[in-house]
Amino acid sequence: MTPPSILELFLRFCLLSLMAVGGANAVLPEMHRQIVEAHGWISSAEFASLYAIAQAAPGPNVLIVSLIGWKLAGLVGAIACTIGMCAPSSLLAYGAGKLWYRFSGSPRRIAIERGLAPITIGLVLGSGCLLAQTAGGHWQTYALTAGSAVASYRSGKNPLWWLAAGALLGVLAMR
Amino acid sequence: MPCIPNRRQLFAGFFKTGISGFGGVLPHARRMLVDDRRWLTDRQFTELLSLGQTLPGPNIVNISIVIGARFQGWQGSVCAISGLMLAPLVIVLVLANIYDHFAQSPILNHALIGVAAAAAGLILATSAKLAVKMDRSVWSAVIMLMAFLAVIWLHLPLFGVLFALAPISIVLGWLSVRRERQRGETP
Repeated sequence: MTPPSILELFLRFCLLSLMAVGGANAVLPEMHRQIVEAHGWISSAEFASLYAIAQAAPGPNVLIVSLIGWKLAGLVGAIACTIGMCAPSSLLAYGAGKLWYRFSGSPRRIAIERGLAPITIGLVLGSGCLLAQTAGGHWQTYALTAGSAVASYRSGKNPLWWLAAGALLGVLAMR
Repeated sequence: MPCIPNRRQLFAGFFKTGISGFGGVLPHARRMLVDDRRWLTDRQFTELLSLGQTLPGPNIVNISIVIGARFQGWQGSVCAISGLMLAPLVIVLVLANIYDHFAQSPILNHALIGVAAAAAGLILATSAKLAVKMDRSVWSAVIMLMAFLAVIWLHLPLFGVLFALAPISIVLGWLSVRRERQRGETP
């Protein structure tokens, strides 16, 4: 495998930015497909570890993109991928922001919201399943995923608690 | 009466939001924007959230861009997004470098597997929360299932999935709005 150039990474994330309906957490399967499955630039286990590190830091979920860039091309790669993932969609949001308010309550806007919502949900659900598969794939890790899903769905507690519990259970399950 | 932040305040507000949220910062953004600094009313935030979720790209990034632009033009957007991203980016890269030093440690790797598995659960809970809020109809359930199966089971490229599903889904959304209008309900 040849590692990708920074320009290639940047352009890949520029495209992904415009496809990320529902945010960074909707496109984990697509990132995995491109970076792990199609090119083998990082392994599935590394992908899961990078996601875990991104979660262990405060900040938006898009940080997984920064870490993929860092892993493949160092600091410059991290910055290039982050900008690639944010810039195109930000320009779009900048332009669409004013229109959005103008069309408040209009049937066209409601149609777009309603049309994209189920796609977003399907993709976010897919991201959750993909990450569950890449994170070990044993019955223990699936049980941990299920437990944290139920716990975080039912309780409004800071998600950091569930992540910390995950780390602890991961270490305890070693022996 | 909502306040109008200057550029420095936009940077500071989003800086604080960026470093206070783990596993996504949207709930913290809401507290900062509506409760603490009163830049937006509750209703305005809901509007903005639907924009952030509908447009492509990271939700909170879109929100910071639109709020920045609304109060201080493009410079406001730049201040808001740099405030949001700067500290988390530095922190995550420091963590990544620490990880690199201990990458062979079995304890660390098991802890990370545990974190990733728990994080997968958080994402599943997010999708469940979104699904509960969605308008319940057969077509939206079918579209949801198709999007899910296309990426998880068939491993299709996302571009093709969106290209095929989004137009159909928006038309179905449009028809459902029209049906409600004809029945005299306001959606």
